[in-house]
Amino acid sequence: MTAITAPNAEEIDAIAVAASPVDSVALPARSTPMPADWRDFFALTKPKVMRLVVFTALCGLLAAPGSIHPVIGFTAILCIALAAGGAGALNMWWEADIDAKMKRTQGRPLPRGTIKPTDARDFGLLLSGMSVMVMGLAVHWLAAGFLAFSVFFYVVIYTMWLKPRTPQNIVIGGAAGAFPPLIGWIAVTGEVTWMPVLLFAIIFMWTPPHFWALALWVKPDYAAANIPMMPNAAGEVSTRRQSLVYSALLLPLSITPWLIGGTGAIYGISALILSGIFLALTVPVGLRRSVDGDGMKPEKKLFAYSILYLFVLFGALVLDRVLAQAGVIA
Amino acid sequence: MTPEEEQEYRRRQKARNIVIGLVLLGMVVLFYAITIVRIGEQ
Repeated sequence: MTAITAPNAEEIDAIAVAASPVDSVALPARSTPMPADWRDFFALTKPKVMRLVVFTALCGLLAAPGSIHPVIGFTAILCIALAAGGAGALNMWWEADIDAKMKRTQGRPLPRGTIKPTDARDFGLLLSGMSVMVMGLAVHWLAAGFLAFSVFFYVVIYTMWLKPRTPQNIVIGGAAGAFPPLIGWIAVTGEVTWMPVLLFAIIFMWTPPHFWALALWVKPDYAAANIPMMPNAAGEVSTRRQSLVYSALLLPLSITPWLIGGTGAIYGISALILSGIFLALTVPVGLRRSVDGDGMKPEKKLFAYSILYLFVLFGALVLDRVLAQAGVIA
Repeated sequence: MTPEEEQEYRRRQKARNIVIGLVLLGMVVLFYAITIVRIGEQ
């Protein structure tokens, strides 16, 4: 009987180098030729981002008129989450060299060299492809079409094309993150109506002030990685003013679902208060100038609140729908 | 590869195999449930 032996260090490193799709990536040499841990694959899916994706998709699904079998609803959310995870893995595969230059992303599996680039790419393709296929076969082909487009939009349009080329990257690329509630809604109704489009528009409008609040305080990181984020390309003043404009537009947009009769007052009043606070927190960010060592507190506060904002806003949307269905409110 | 490294290598392999096994099992259960639901709708 022949014993199966583990490949040695030279063999594994030779495979990794030969298989690398990004010639310019200088991955740190591994001291031990270990196979990637399953946690490394899990980290490729950007679990923190996935939480928001799952939540907004679930809210879109629960707020949609009509009903869906729990098993099919679970499958739809699972497909959206896994497709987002696959898109995240493809994003990390493509940006391994950029991630290695930024403090915030240096600890990811590819810059650390704990996973082979080809493994990350194949894992991303497998997750995305399988999710779209299962969504189509088990849930709805229109939802599957939007899911496939959202992955394409995030990976190709945003990651590969826009992000390294234009400071408007996050504005247009933000659309990728706005798809989950739209897809969740379509999974139930099988059609695109004004309400899911409005939910899409709300996240689209929310993304620039949310992301630029972060970009303002990690500006040196993006500069080091040569990514033309708005604060680096157009300057702080312009970024701050634009954030203010987007926040001001978000307020009327967020209450539109209520104004057109798509939701009840619970959502409408919640949206008004939440967007009012969002705007109030953006005003100091929009009007001030940062100085060295000031801690960027208003920006950090806005970033933290922006995440809470989306959770509570979409939570209110579902609560409104559930109470209306139960006959508690009109 | 030292004995400690080989042990770690085997541990990671085993952990990955277990995770893949659980994922496959989950898929079998999910596809079975989807099939039952879809058949029930017809």
